[in-house]
Amino acid sequence: MDLRLLTAEPSEAERAAIDAVAGAPEANGRRVARADRDGRHLLLPALRAAQRRVGWVSEGALGYACRRLDVPPADAYGVASFYALLALEERPADVLHVCTDLACRLAGATVPEGAHPSPCLGLCERAPASLRTTAGEEPRELQLPETGPPLPQAGADGLRLLRRIAAGVDPESLEAYRASGGYAALARALELGREGVLEAIDASHLLGRGGAAFPTGAKWQAVAHQPALPHYLVCNADESEPGTFKDRTLMEGDPFALVEAMTIAAFAAGCEHGYVYVRAEYPLAHARLEHAFAQARAAGLLGDDVLGAGFTFDIELRIGAGAYVCGEETALFQSIEGYRGEPRNKPPFPVEVGLFGKPTVVNNVETLANVPHILAGGGAADTRLFCVSGHVARPGLYELPLGTALNELLELAGARPPKAVLLGGAAGSFLRPDQLDLELSFEATRAAGISLGSGVVLVFDESADLVDAVLRIAEFFRDESCGQCVPCRVGTVRQEEALKRLASGRANGDEREVLADLEQVMRDASICGLGQTAASAVRSAIENLGVLA
Amino acid sequence: MSQVELTVNGLTVRVDEGSTILDACRKLEIETPTLCYADTLAPVNVCRVCVVEVEGSRVLVPSCSRKVEPGMAVHTDSPRVRTSRRMVLELLGSSVDLSRADDAQRYIAEYGARPERFGPDAATVAKPVKVDNDLYVRDYSRCILCYKCVEACGEEYQNTFAIAVAGRGFGAHISTELDVALPESACVYCGNCVAVCPTGALVGKAEFDLREAGTWDESRQEQVQTVCPYCGVGCNLTLHVQDGDIVKVTSPDDHDVTRGNLCVKGRFGYQFVQNRRAE
Repeated sequence: MDLRLLTAEPSEAERAAIDAVAGAPEANGRRVARADRDGRHLLLPALRAAQRRVGWVSEGALGYACRRLDVPPADAYGVASFYALLALEERPADVLHVCTDLACRLAGATVPEGAHPSPCLGLCERAPASLRTTAGEEPRELQLPETGPPLPQAGADGLRLLRRIAAGVDPESLEAYRASGGYAALARALELGREGVLEAIDASHLLGRGGAAFPTGAKWQAVAHQPALPHYLVCNADESEPGTFKDRTLMEGDPFALVEAMTIAAFAAGCEHGYVYVRAEYPLAHARLEHAFAQARAAGLLGDDVLGAGFTFDIELRIGAGAYVCGEETALFQSIEGYRGEPRNKPPFPVEVGLFGKPTVVNNVETLANVPHILAGGGAADTRLFCVSGHVARPGLYELPLGTALNELLELAGARPPKAVLLGGAAGSFLRPDQLDLELSFEATRAAGISLGSGVVLVFDESADLVDAVLRIAEFFRDESCGQCVPCRVGTVRQEEALKRLASGRANGDEREVLADLEQVMRDASICGLGQTAASAVRSAIENLGVLA
Repeated sequence: MSQVELTVNGLTVRVDEGSTILDACRKLEIETPTLCYADTLAPVNVCRVCVVEVEGSRVLVPSCSRKVEPGMAVHTDSPRVRTSRRMVLELLGSSVDLSRADDAQRYIAEYGARPERFGPDAATVAKPVKVDNDLYVRDYSRCILCYKCVEACGEEYQNTFAIAVAGRGFGAHISTELDVALPESACVYCGNCVAVCPTGALVGKAEFDLREAGTWDESRQEQVQTVCPYCGVGCNLTLHVQDGDIVKVTSPDDHDVTRGNLCVKGRFGYQFVQNRRAE
């Protein structure tokens, strides 16, 4: 493109950081070299690299990224200003992001002076939590506290997805992974062949664990049989639903299982290239995955001719920059492609028109984690992970057979007598104490008109301030709306305003009607699931708990 | 081209394959409100005022972009549809100055929308008018974020990419790089963004000045069709003339070549015609 570029120059450090992402520049003066003209998808990695080096995205860095990647400056500014973790104003190299979301509020989170409040950091089992980012020659990100409580079910029988983590298998050792049964499933997949794997996954009735519960087998089949090439595989690890930390636990604790599962998925659906899109707030997961990818490549388990079986597959890590909406699959594609995380209208669905416009399998981490167990003889996918936090004695990640009663899980976790339980996160529903015999299965929750969502079980005891929780949920959606469609962009603002009026006693009498109308327009007319569920928990708090009613 | 048969409000209609539900509605002369849609641009389906109910669909669908399918049963006047359309109008009307958005005003009346119901403290997008050049003015208090200007400036027409949507959520707004003033931006003043703006957020400086002075009066204006005198392309021009002065230049949307677009000379280079009084 013939672009008018910014005149500000980057510092040497910024230039080096961006070149490390974009590759060495071709000698072509200030003009964009031909080789750089399809680099748009590297925009977010380039901006992230510059910020990690100097602490923010300066005009010089933004301009240099545009020049290297052939992106119009206004467009790149639109992208940079979309993501909450990218700073467009100079700030100290060291920044503390303090979680002020649901679980951390219950644990008394406070934001020290100079620190930045943050939406849920996915560290709910060790609340209150924060994330320290340090820019420099050796940039660092640190989750605080650095470690959480041990897995509550360590030593328990019947664990599948959490088996290795509970047994303390070294997540940095491919040998340990293999010694604990790893890569048996890929071997089995190669025996079964593509169609055999597709049939096995279909027969397992595995449903997506990211929240929408779509049948995984149907997705794989649809992509496998698309004539358009290439096919892509994307693992959605942008886990940002408040109260959710299951995917982080899996990536940190059993990263090779994800690599193996993705390899099987890629084999079945005919994908040569896979991406794992992980939220920026999960630095340990980034490190563990990169390490696992490298080990797998070295062992011939990724790359050309995987295991000598004649198929090619490799995985690339992509890191977000602070946007809940990028967990929506099409927003995630936009983000990987170097755009603002604005969801696309569906149809067309990703299985036809996905990443880079090509047929794409998108699966959540937990969904994929089920795959090796299905193939290695487990058959059905009949357990589910639950992220338990809030007022419980043993917060953490639990794996239970689908169909377990919520009561039973609460007892396992040592929950204090609850005033309410939030199931499914900010996009989920509040339950009353008399509803806790609910069976935790897709069917039973659907029949009750609620969703297991991402497996959040957040317990509020008698001392909890539910009005505060509801206002926080409303604030969360207002902050995280991408701003593309009117129902969500303005609706989330009006929802928060009405709730604040109710909470402060300034109600003018028609808030209930306003909230009901907002719920309807957001659910019916928003482009994506964020807007469609932005009033779900709020409504359940009002209708089911009588909060602000 | 093969045809697709569907029903809209119980009426059977056949349209070309690849048509949208909006196309089918128009064929049946069912009026459908649109704000972010333009005949000359690819639909971005963001305003959601054109939503309709499709049987079997969990949520409403944007008629401007959803392609027809055989046997589709569409409802454009169900309570669900009317509620969502009314709410979209109330949300926009309560946050944006729609006083010069004629279509939006008409829809607000038609759907009985009451933007004032959110109270006097409802947040708005109000911000100071940007007057930073002699050719056009940006009043983003009137912006509904329909993306048309961005599309016209970018890959749909001009390929200048001077503006984009920046920020997020309610803070999302149309912006140059780093919010610099237009003269420092990549803008080439073709004014194709002005041409597609449906709410008066983008307006020629001449029109802006007359409106400020209270003398802008479309009832006193005549439209004169002519051909641009500058280059050999020969774009059609529509001169909007008030009291003998050209006050605005547009180009017909239905012209195969220009599709409503012009360059800086055609759109803004008309002063030489009326410099007579300065002599």
